[in-house]
Amino acid sequence: MIFVTVGTQLPFPRLIEAVDRYAAEFGEPVVAQVGQDHEPRQHIETHDMIPPQRFDELFRSARVIVAHAGIGTILSAKKYLRPLVVMPRRHDLGEHRNDHQLATVRHLGNVTGIHVAQDCADLFALLSQPCLTPPSDTLGQSHIALLDTLSDFLRTAGPAAAASLGPPAEVAPNPNEE
Amino acid sequence: MTLATTTSARPTRVLAVASAGGHWQQLMSLRGAMRDCDLMFATTLSGLPEEHGASPAVIIPDCNRADFWRMPWCALVLAYWLVRFRPHVLISTGALPGVMALFLGKLMRAKTVWIDSVANAEEMSMSGRMVRHTADLWLSQWPHVAKASGARYAGAIL
Repeated sequence: MIFVTVGTQLPFPRLIEAVDRYAAEFGEPVVAQVGQDHEPRQHIETHDMIPPQRFDELFRSARVIVAHAGIGTILSAKKYLRPLVVMPRRHDLGEHRNDHQLATVRHLGNVTGIHVAQDCADLFALLSQPCLTPPSDTLGQSHIALLDTLSDFLRTAGPAAAASLGPPAEVAPNPNEE
Repeated sequence: MTLATTTSARPTRVLAVASAGGHWQQLMSLRGAMRDCDLMFATTLSGLPEEHGASPAVIIPDCNRADFWRMPWCALVLAYWLVRFRPHVLISTGALPGVMALFLGKLMRAKTVWIDSVANAEEMSMSGRMVRHTADLWLSQWPHVAKASGARYAGAIL
């Protein structure tokens, strides 16, 4: 089963049509959360909005997730270790307010398990692969680095650091503090 | 080396604020860094903290640029929890309720941390720009965005 989500706000007919065509051609079951898109589709099961619990079930049991390049979906794919194919919404086609999804995918190239489809042909090629790589279940180097910076800051900003000997070295002086 | 757990009975009190959706998910991915803290979460959708096992948590009114008239209500509820919880540090991944939390926290002399959403791959978010001079730790999750905006890059949750 393929699970498709384009969020619950803006419709994304270009993606939904492509998946509908894929389902027609290959006969694979597809469940899709289509948001504000009321076009009838022949070959896929569509819902305006899927409740969170059902959403999670579908997300977990799908062979592959297909979605717009929304950060929430990308994080869910990482959480549930499901391979994800994203198609960025395009401003010039009226699919979003701006091109931030194009920007996001430009920088997602090296993230394991996230596969970018710019168009219908890319999407078909990716979905035809029997086992797409899922996201890695270990924290990336850059995630670990961010956690370290944050926990260092928290350690030096609390009462424990204030009570200990020596100045809280990690805290940069704040130029705005009176 | 973990001062907070070994040498003090007073852990850092942290109030972590994020609106529901991607901002909240990113905050959840940062929980590992707050393990030694006395932590409280605030978000805008009831049921969401339970879904992620985030406790204790409080629900605050949502607001954004489109319904700015809700800001005073959101600020009032935030102020209530700030006074009750007295955090040493405010952390937010966005969006507008997080900005207000950082402003209010600063007034109470708390330290403030802004981690701009990883969705902002092109430029710092509007909310992020608003806290530029408020956040003690002002982070973007993209090196080129950090460079362009003057923020710090320390990694990303991806």
